[in-house]
Parts: sequence; C-alpha cells; structure tokens
Amino acid sequence: MASTVTNRTIGAQSDALAGDSQWPLWEVFTQSEQGAPHEHAGSLHAVDAEQALQNARDVYARRGGVISLWVIPSGAITASSPSESGPFFDPGADKAYRHPQFYKVPRGVRGV
Amino acid sequence: MTSPAPSVVPAPPSPPNALFEYLLRLGDDRLILGHRLSEWCGHAPILEEDIALANVALDLLGQATILLRMAGEVEGQGRNEDALAYFREAIEFRNCQLVELPKGDFGFTIARQFLFDVYDVVLLDALTASTNTELAAIAAKSLKEARYHVRHSGEWMLKLGDGTDESHRRVQTALDSLWRFTAELFAADPVDAELAAAGIVPDLASLKPKWASLVREVLDRATLTSPADTPRLAGARGGRTGAHTEHLGHLLAEMQIVARSHPGATW
Repeated sequence: MASTVTNRTIGAQSDALAGDSQWPLWEVFTQSEQGAPHEHAGSLHAVDAEQALQNARDVYARRGGVISLWVIPSGAITASSPSESGPFFDPGADKAYRHPQFYKVPRGVRGV
Repeated sequence: MTSPAPSVVPAPPSPPNALFEYLLRLGDDRLILGHRLSEWCGHAPILEEDIALANVALDLLGQATILLRMAGEVEGQGRNEDALAYFREAIEFRNCQLVELPKGDFGFTIARQFLFDVYDVVLLDALTASTNTELAAIAAKSLKEARYHVRHSGEWMLKLGDGTDESHRRVQTALDSLWRFTAELFAADPVDAELAAAGIVPDLASLKPKWASLVREVLDRATLTSPADTPRLAGARGGRTGAHTEHLGHLLAEMQIVARSHPGATW
C-alpha cells in the first residue's frame, strides 16, 4: 500500500505566502545554562546563518539568560502532520507501563 | 579706535582640565551616534534590523551615560550626565563630526557605523591599559559591546558591498563622502598629548595604522574601494574643539527639547 504520510516542512507555508519579498525563515533555539537543552524560542528572517545568529542574539538573547544559540533553516525541519496526530500519538497514551512513573527519584537529582 | 580683526581665528588655549575634555569627547561621540541610530527605530528595512540598530543605540547611550557621569565628577561643578547631555549648546559638544552627520540611507548609516565601530574597538582596546583605573574599567566593559557592533556592521558591509549593483553603489557613495571625516578621529591635540604623556590615553596617531588595516581588510572582501586619504589642513578645527557641522544643532534641538521644556521632570 502506498504511503499516505503527509509530513510538513516548517516554514514552507509562510515562505510561500511571502513570495520573494521576505528573507528565508529560521528557527531559533536558546540554551539557558550549561547542560540544559536548547529550547525553541521562536523564529526570524535572515539571509544567511551569520545574520540569523546575529538577529537571534538581538531578538531572543538581548535581555540575558542565554549562553548558547542555535539557528536552523525552518525548511530543514520536518514536522509531524496535525491531521495524523491521532494514529501517531494516541497508541502511547493508554499504556501506563511505558511511563517511568513507578520509579522513585532520589532527592538531590535535578533536571529530570 | 578698534584694533583690526585678526585674519585667523586663533585656536582656543588648552583647557585646564584635560581629562574632563577627553571624557566629553568619548561620551559625546557615543551620545550623538546613539541618537542618530535611534532615528531608525520603526524605520529600518526589516523588523530584525530595527531591533538590532536600536540595540546598538542603547549600548552607545549606556556608555555615554557612564562617561558623562564620570566627566561631571571629574569637573567637580555639580553637573551630572543629564546636565551635560541636555543643557549644553552645540559649541560645547566635543563629538567628532563623523557621528553627527544625518543618518542618510541604510548604506550610509552602515558605512558610518562600520568606520566608527572599528575605531571604537581599536581605541577602547588601548584604553583598557589606561593608568586611570576607572577609565580602564569603563573601556573594558564597553569593548565587549563594541566587538559585537563591528561584527554587525562589518557583516553588513560585506553584504551591501558584495550584494546588488544598487547596494554596492550606495555604500561606495557613502564611503566616499564619509572618508574625509575620518581624519579627525586620529588628529591629536594638546588634550590628547597631555593625557597620553601621563599614560591615561593612547597616542591617537598610533591607532591609525591598525584602524586602516582592519577597515581595508573588510572593504577588500566587500569589493569596495578604499577612498584616498585627504591631508588635514594645518590648524583645522573640528568637533573636538566645538566646531560642528550645521547638523548638530538640529539633532540637539530634538534631543534636548523635552528636558529643557520640563527641567527636573521625572517619569
């Protein structure tokens, strides 16, 4: 049976809407402290990676609290499709034995 | 009987407090350039650049605040940074003429910013070795910001210079008209000489080769042509002694009117 998967490319829609009047879209990830994950902060427009980094610095890091930045072309991200979120995610929701909730977390462990 | 008017206006004598004068030069450069940059707020080509320029403007304003505050303390006449920023006339300002020129188009603003940013990095780097520990500390703090400023404006020089025919033409035109204002940045006078002898500030002339090579490196990569240096006329005056272009007065009128209309107001 042929695949009916309809994954999306982030940013493709907004780039299509913008035509050629806008610069490419980038997704920005910020890290708040050593060892913490880079988390999605938002997006911006820039013509290349260096400018995307600079713009990210000014838009998302200028009020402090950031020690590292990633910028990624939005088109490089493949996202799951909202219309298939049922089959994609629901099977995991009703199997409690898959969840790690029966373990005791020792005191003093952080970042879990 | 009146004495004949002198044919040449004599240069003003060296002021009594050289450090005060020097701090005004540093502070006013940043105050005026910061104000010029702030004129882009809401008008920059794209939202991200609008924020970036405002960010640089705020950095410069912050530096000006600290430098003018220190100037007021050095002067010892009870003037704080606000008094110095808002209640001096154009002739009392000590910024170089480069920073007071109208913002022009985006290419002009970037070219001016780039020429100043390179100067700023070279100067602040040298000032971190000042024998005046307070000035050295301010320079060290400002240098971090200046290094980012030049990264930003330098990147734009590459994009505009090596971009489209129109962007290349605009930024080259800007460079050609701005170049003659760069001589003033390295023209030392008795104020510089007195402070340099005490190890408080660097010898300005010694900074020029470093500045020139850093600027030329970027212009070459940006496929832009370095304009030829025009020799500075002997006895030429400039912003450092209060001789300004017609543009500074208009800038001050806008910058100072609220503080002058409502003296002492707080918000």
